[in-house]
Amino acid sequence: MTSPMTRTQDGTARAGVEVRMDGLSRHYGPVVALDKLDLTVQAGELIALLGPSGCGKTTTLRLVAGLEDADAGRITVGGKDITHLSASKRDMGMVFQAYSLFPHMTARQNVAFGLRLRRIAAATRDKRAIEMLELVGLSTQADRYPHQLSGGQQQRVALARALAIEPQVLLLDEPLSALDAKVRAQLRDEIRRIQLEVGTTTLFVTHDQEEALAIADRVGVMKDGRLEQLAPPTDVYSRPATSFVAEFVGLTNRLAGTVSGQTVTVRGRDLPLVDPSTPAGPATALVRPEAVTLASDSTGDSGPLVGTVIAVTFLGATSRVTVDLGDTTILAQLTTADAAELPAGSRVALTIRPDPVLVSADSPALSEA
Amino acid sequence: MAAVTSLGESSLDRPAERPRGMQARRRRRLNLFRYLVFTVFGLFFILPLLAMTRFSLEGRTLGTWSLTAWKQIVSYSFPDLPPLLPAIEITLELAVISCVIVLVLLVPTMVWIRLRVQWLSRIFEFLCLLPLTIPAIILVVGLAPIYNFIRHYELSALMLFWAYVILALPYAYRALSAGLNAIDVPTLSEAARSLGASWFTVITRVIVPNMWQSILNATVLTSALVLGEFTIAYLLLYTNLQVELFSISRNTPNASVIFSTSVASLMFAFALLLILSFAGRRRQRGRG
Ligand SMILES: Nc1ncnc2c1ncn2[C@@H]1O[C@H](COP(=O)(O)OP(=O)(O)OP(=O)(O)O)[C@@H](O)[C@H]1O
Ligand SMILES: [Mg+2]
Repeated sequence: MTSPMTRTQDGTARAGVEVRMDGLSRHYGPVVALDKLDLTVQAGELIALLGPSGCGKTTTLRLVAGLEDADAGRITVGGKDITHLSASKRDMGMVFQAYSLFPHMTARQNVAFGLRLRRIAAATRDKRAIEMLELVGLSTQADRYPHQLSGGQQQRVALARALAIEPQVLLLDEPLSALDAKVRAQLRDEIRRIQLEVGTTTLFVTHDQEEALAIADRVGVMKDGRLEQLAPPTDVYSRPATSFVAEFVGLTNRLAGTVSGQTVTVRGRDLPLVDPSTPAGPATALVRPEAVTLASDSTGDSGPLVGTVIAVTFLGATSRVTVDLGDTTILAQLTTADAAELPAGSRVALTIRPDPVLVSADSPALSEA
Repeated sequence: MAAVTSLGESSLDRPAERPRGMQARRRRRLNLFRYLVFTVFGLFFILPLLAMTRFSLEGRTLGTWSLTAWKQIVSYSFPDLPPLLPAIEITLELAVISCVIVLVLLVPTMVWIRLRVQWLSRIFEFLCLLPLTIPAIILVVGLAPIYNFIRHYELSALMLFWAYVILALPYAYRALSAGLNAIDVPTLSEAARSLGASWFTVITRVIVPNMWQSILNATVLTSALVLGEFTIAYLLLYTNLQVELFSISRNTPNASVIFSTSVASLMFAFALLLILSFAGRRRQRGRG
């Protein structure tokens, strides 16, 4: 993680601030959008909020930004209670999912708007606006109106506008969802670079797991208005706290097995457990497709784990192979070169890499990919 | 007819040329249609105006030409009647006051409803459109006691603005509502709020600049209404431009004066509205 102490453009040292949410709740009629959420974003940290549609990600951001009132709970920023502070006094930069540039202002005027409200002298304001546009690589488009900019450029201007006021906290609500894959990856890395450079405490909402894992110091996986897990990206991926997290972040095979002691036995293989305190007995192990390796089984004596390839899905550098095990199917993720040697219908032997796996509490009988 | 022609042609062995030919023909037909509509409606509007102008230029004997009726407006000096200028002045003032009040009332209210109390929007729309359904005469009957009360304190015809604001509500509402529909009010105002703008700033610096065109439309409609209003002013015994013109034409032996005054007032209103909409256009281009 980065140091919270960073230098702003004018060379003054600035500390990021800690954002705390305590028991934050919000209802819309009968719908519980946020259910006693506790979340602490450390100073200078970037947390990505990940979750399915309607799980309360936007609501969380809007509550922090003050655009919506909490039913219960407290929000503190740098130790100061801001639960009832008006949005215009919170000093937070926000980038919205929808295009939100002011149509009647040029890119430069948009970026300078927040500074104008802070009564900063015109010269300084203009200089800072241009600096910000440079930061997002748009200084040559400074005098264009939003309708003359592409979607990606508009979102970059929106980012520059949010950063220009040097906010204590940066809130990004799916800022990249309207963009195509390439621009998205580019802008994502840019956001991360700028965030590290400026050191702003950041909440980044997305429903794209890849985006969350790539950009964040910690990833918060949400479900039904609650945090299921808050952990560094590698942990969320390799040591998911719940089966929901395991399945939401990456594809997962559900295989029947038996827990005994520190391991779960799946089709003759002993796999270590993420949670050693799992009670013994039959259970469903959640196995990642990339932990499964396949080899052509010409001899037919490779033990209990053999199957028939029924489909190969080409994904680019990797391919996903669906294998029929007789009583169930299993997904494996291989490099495309390896997968090319396993056409549909061929017999394969499976190996499961002994990564720690999570065991799902629910009915072990269901084994589904 | 069109279908028959194109079907007939499709059997020809020039498939490559067909679509272009068809499009050109369709375009030509559309143009013809446009000109036709334009001409018919043009005549419909222009003919009465021309006739009115012709009558206003009628001389002593039928079929002769004379400027007497026009001169009479300008050199208007019947000893027992007030001159025309004050009436023009009061009508212009009424137009300005009504526009300002309508905008000040409607813009913030409509923005507020859009942002915070969406469920009110239907009721509000209904209330704003209500004056359209009430005949002027009924409005006057209802307003008369109030105006008796007002007249107790203030005699000026400026007091008509109370009634005019109500009359202008439906038109102004429609115009402004179209403008608000064209922008994403919630997102823009939330963006501005998060940058530190107060509600007042949000409305004046973000929402209003993005709906100039519709504000202008509301202004033009309201002014047009006030400039042309006769019934209520007349029935409530106030004198505005239309009432004044009416009394000029009534008090002169020369019948042509009725027409010269009507044409004059029309031209006046037309010029004013033209200026208004040009001013707005200039403003638009200035930032585009
Ligand atoms: N203004 C509102 N009125 C009523 N219900 C709302 C409102 N805003 C959000 N909700 C409900 O609250 C829940 C959470 O919404 P939220 O917008 O936070 O979801 P989200 O996680 O951002 O989803 P998405 O990924 O689709 O943007 C949803 O069930 C939604 O229907
Ligand atoms: Mg959302």
